[in-house]
Amino acid sequence: MVNEFLPIGVLIILAVALAIVVPTLGYLFGPRRYVPAKSRPYESGMTPFGPGTRRVSVRYYMIAVLFILFDVEVVFFLPWAVVFKELGVPALIEMGLFALVVVVGLVYAWKKGALEWE
Amino acid sequence: MTLDFTPILPFMIVAGAALALLVLDLFWPVRLKWLTPLLAAASLLAALVVELGQANYLRAGLSNMVIIDNFSVFANAIFICSGIAAIALAYDYIQRTGINHGEYYVLMLFSISGMLLMSTAADLIIVFLALELLSVPLYVLTGFARPRLDSEEAALKYFLLGAFSSGVLLYGIALLYGATSYTSLHGILSAVSRGTADMPLVVVGAAFLLVGVAFKGGVVPFHMWAPDVYQGAPTSVTGFMSVGAKAAGFVALLRIFVVAFPPVAVELTSVMNFLASLTMLIGNIAAIGQRNIKRMLAYSGIAQAGYMLMAFVPFGNKAIINDSVASMIFYLAVYAIASFGAWAVVVAVEQAEGRGLDIDDYAGLGRRYPLLGVAMLIFMLSFIGLPPTLGFWGKFYLFRSVIEGNYIVLALVGMLASLISAYYYLRVVVMMFLHDGANITVRRNWLLSGLVGVSALAVLLLGLMPGPLFQMAADALLRL
Amino acid sequence: MAVPVAYYLALSAVLFVMGALGVLVRRNAIVVFMSLELMFNAANLAFVAFARYYLQLDGQIIVFFVMTVAAAEVAVGLALMVAIFRARHSIDVDQMSILKG
Repeated sequence: MVNEFLPIGVLIILAVALAIVVPTLGYLFGPRRYVPAKSRPYESGMTPFGPGTRRVSVRYYMIAVLFILFDVEVVFFLPWAVVFKELGVPALIEMGLFALVVVVGLVYAWKKGALEWE
Repeated sequence: MTLDFTPILPFMIVAGAALALLVLDLFWPVRLKWLTPLLAAASLLAALVVELGQANYLRAGLSNMVIIDNFSVFANAIFICSGIAAIALAYDYIQRTGINHGEYYVLMLFSISGMLLMSTAADLIIVFLALELLSVPLYVLTGFARPRLDSEEAALKYFLLGAFSSGVLLYGIALLYGATSYTSLHGILSAVSRGTADMPLVVVGAAFLLVGVAFKGGVVPFHMWAPDVYQGAPTSVTGFMSVGAKAAGFVALLRIFVVAFPPVAVELTSVMNFLASLTMLIGNIAAIGQRNIKRMLAYSGIAQAGYMLMAFVPFGNKAIINDSVASMIFYLAVYAIASFGAWAVVVAVEQAEGRGLDIDDYAGLGRRYPLLGVAMLIFMLSFIGLPPTLGFWGKFYLFRSVIEGNYIVLALVGMLASLISAYYYLRVVVMMFLHDGANITVRRNWLLSGLVGVSALAVLLLGLMPGPLFQMAADALLRL
Repeated sequence: MAVPVAYYLALSAVLFVMGALGVLVRRNAIVVFMSLELMFNAANLAFVAFARYYLQLDGQIIVFFVMTVAAAEVAVGLALMVAIFRARHSIDVDQMSILKG
């Protein structure tokens, strides 16, 4: 029991040690120069503007929901593709039916204008 | 591995029609919109024909994931007929309430396909998938009267509690899988009887399953969502939901418990006994105080769920289980017929913007519309369980099987609950015939009138000779 | 493979109870919704743990189905919440009191 978990214990100790030692070294030996740019939220990115809690357009929800739905279907395609050769034609037909169902959903979303941005 | 879809052919027809209509409804012009309900009904009829053709055709299919027996055929016939009745209920209603979108029928077909799958499920995964397939469209249908706030609110409540109950059910399945290493009903049974199963875990898992389905079926103490959801949903959806969703839950519960769990009957029978008594009493007592007819019928539906739950109590008793199953599924058919009749009356009386839903609004309707009043009287008598209606026979067979199982106290509680229910059912009829009221104009529509008429005649005529229907229910054996 | 299945089961039970409590106690519909997902995933964890324990694939396959079903529920739930938020600018479930009796 103990031996089996030893590598994980070592890993945890190393990770914690690293997280403590490296910043401490930087704190002790690093030079400190304060410039205004350093105190910005994104030091090397865009300058923030406007309030932080802006309303997000409801259209994002539509896209997000559609993304989730069509994204998750992959979970069935991948295992099928892995053993495609062993399963053969019947599985191909079943997967075709499944794909048909997904495509019907896509056609519906498309025709309803859910994919239009404006 | 071969492809054989015959055991789920009715499911394939309904689901396929739903998919086809989903796309077709988008593409055909507005003047052809009436085709959607027509084709939906046609597909249901086709499924009914195929389903009845599968009578006495016992077999398992799809790697033993599904099983068809006379039980599933009888249950599916109820579901399909409910679907056809629900289309008749909705056709005029969704036009005059301004929610006439083709998706209504498509969602309903999806929900029915879930029910069809549910009754054939021989594996808990199929139970879960079928439950979701029937529930998710119902969440959407409940919110179909968007942007009416009560409809949206009801939909969210139904969704949150429905998903909660699915989660409980799923955890129960996980525990059963862990306890027995099987998810199929027969696998669970064999692991339990071989003694390789972890029995405490099996009991807990079975209890989780019971709670999950009890939520869906509106069994006390898990019923709090039902009145709100029934009131907020469009009335045509409420009618469909109160029959279809409830029936599907009980059908699945019956198969699961009768096939897989007789070994844990010792632990769970008293729980079922308690739940059934509580549901009958609370449902009927709470219905008395309701002023809104939809809420009243919701509580009435809860109480009816209690009666059906009575049939589960002797599920471990091999000697009488066939009688119990027959009486329960017979009661289901009886309840479905009378319910659709009563909901059709409610839909016909409902006025624009949700008016005409108070029981007070029914004052005087019986005198001005005698046929409607008599029909309502028949449905209410059937709910109470008085002769000469079909409801009497439903209760008669149910109580007989309960007494056969030697649960005398439970039967007495059921009788008491029925007595209580007479008060609020008859109050509607008294209101219709003996009071004067505002002049509400009842909607005249041949589909609604037909639904009311057919249901009333069925309740009355089948009540005079219940033999054939009961014989069918008695033949609807579960394959153990 | 030294972690006993009981540990996984204990973790999944804790997650499930947290999820169930979240559903019953929290008021923001989105948080309730996240608690529901926690319940589903507690069941998923139990399935996978048992599948490993029995050296079967069944439990893992079920998880695929549960994930897709959960995604479908997310879609419907989010759509409902967006619709309600548009109408009343709040998704506090305690404020939903139009339907009472």
